[in-house]
Amino acid sequence: MTSAATAQRAAARVGLRRGFIEFKQQWTNVDEVIGQLLFLAMFAVALFFMRDARLPGTSFSLGAATVPSVLGAGIVFNGLSAVTGGLVVDRGDGTLLRAKATPNGMLGYLIGKITAISLMQVAGILVLLVPALFVFDGLASNGIWSFLNLLWVLALGLLATMPIGAVLGSLIQEPKMLGLVMLPVGGLAAISGIFYPITALPGWVQDIAQAFPMYWLGLGMRSALLPDQAVAVEIGQSWRPWATLGVLLAWAVIGLALAPALLKRMARRESGSSVAARREKALRSW
Amino acid sequence: MPMRDQSDTVLRVEGLRMRYGTNDVLHGTSFTAHRGEILCLLGPNGAGKTTTIEILEGFRMRSAGEVSVLGTDPAHGGEDWRARLGVVLQSWRDHGKWRVRELLDLLGGFYAPYSTDRIRRPWDADELIEAVGLTEHAGKKIRQLSGGQRRRLDVAIGIVGRPELLFLDEPTAGFDPQARRDFHDLVHRLADDDTTVLLTTHDLDEAEKLADRILILSGGRIVADGSPDQLSRQIAGEAEVRWTAGGQRFVHSTTEATKYVYELFKQHGEAIADLEVRRASLEDTYLALVQRAEAGLAGAGAR
Repeated sequence: MTSAATAQRAAARVGLRRGFIEFKQQWTNVDEVIGQLLFLAMFAVALFFMRDARLPGTSFSLGAATVPSVLGAGIVFNGLSAVTGGLVVDRGDGTLLRAKATPNGMLGYLIGKITAISLMQVAGILVLLVPALFVFDGLASNGIWSFLNLLWVLALGLLATMPIGAVLGSLIQEPKMLGLVMLPVGGLAAISGIFYPITALPGWVQDIAQAFPMYWLGLGMRSALLPDQAVAVEIGQSWRPWATLGVLLAWAVIGLALAPALLKRMARRESGSSVAARREKALRSW
Repeated sequence: MPMRDQSDTVLRVEGLRMRYGTNDVLHGTSFTAHRGEILCLLGPNGAGKTTTIEILEGFRMRSAGEVSVLGTDPAHGGEDWRARLGVVLQSWRDHGKWRVRELLDLLGGFYAPYSTDRIRRPWDADELIEAVGLTEHAGKKIRQLSGGQRRRLDVAIGIVGRPELLFLDEPTAGFDPQARRDFHDLVHRLADDDTTVLLTTHDLDEAEKLADRILILSGGRIVADGSPDQLSRQIAGEAEVRWTAGGQRFVHSTTEATKYVYELFKQHGEAIADLEVRRASLEDTYLALVQRAEAGLAGAGAR
């Protein structure tokens, strides 16, 4: 007789395989590769226009300073759109129900999602960072330490965004409502000091931005990749590593506390007729 | 781990009730299925077929009644119970970016820990693909499959874990006649290997060809339960006897066809030719039973 633990370990391995396959699909699907390239091209154009701008009060290129900030904001964008959007889409087309109909399928599904999205985030960072390292001087000037620093910020970023994404994804009933989630995230990008130092904004706007992970992920990435002189334009002229750790962990804890119960509730409600009903509703609203 | 059912009963439903708000969808239905039996659930839309199947699959909580599926209450079925079931629903659109073989191989991996001496799990992906006739599409992306091919893949996914009990919700919608024939052969093969099959369909011809036993559900009640043959006998009683004698055609309706034919020969002997006895078709039976059930309900409502 197979023990439950053995079966779960097998399911976890299948989940890992699932994650790698899904990740691979991202790079073999034309539309997704085009999306990635489009983003890179847009960013390159933005950088081209800021090529002569300097970080205020320093001789450091504003364009170079934007690279780590965009990496940090990208973790939030990618994390939310992949987890939240993924859950909504997978519920709509029956992927989740399929997982539910398979022994330990939900476990495999979740591990697969976490694997695929983590790999996707690493790839997303490399795609932007590697060309930037060639274009700009002074990025990652601490060598290996810069990259270790980047890795822990990324790890915190995954922890802070994926569970929250799962919470939002289990609450959203319709794909249409996805925009309602992504719109405020776009707003956050505007006030989180991504394209210009946050210290240029009014105090109360800074306060709002500091309540959310995006600002801290941008700050963490800047602390990892920018030279020390760049700290001059940050709040309190400090990289504030402990505050970064604290705020991102707090979001991780909130997400991890809410996600399991909400995911279970969502899974419990899945059945053939709920998938069929959602499909019919989607067809009617076209 | 509960003991294996001593008897051959795979499915036992007793007094099953389902109520949404104040609306009763199932009014105490009862039925059983034995190992290797092909049970077909027929009924008009809204009769409660899908609700019944979803309760048995463990996807929906019942309001009242006793249900045992493979010896377990589906409301509390664990993953080892889940591993012995196969589910094929109507509206799958999932995994469009995946390739046929890739997905079957991956999903099979979940069943490997549940392999036993008697039942080897999972089904080998290539053999399974061949069994459902998708060999030439094994490397294709799933969203590139035609409707009928997609359906066959859904069936393949449903049986990749070699289920002891298989649920099929309108499995052959969109099949061409050849695909339908192949599918029927596959279901018969599964049943020969002791798989119990519970299917819903709107295709009465299919029900007649596949089912060992047919349940007709109407207005949340089982209005008929029996083999296709028993059902036609139960309703009709009436059969049509046709023959020719002396160059003339005759037609006669009777409840006792055999006796009538015996009398016919006794009377006319070798003069009888082209003898034909037609029982009511399943379609006649089905329509009569559903109409009778609906009339009964309307009558009850008027009182």
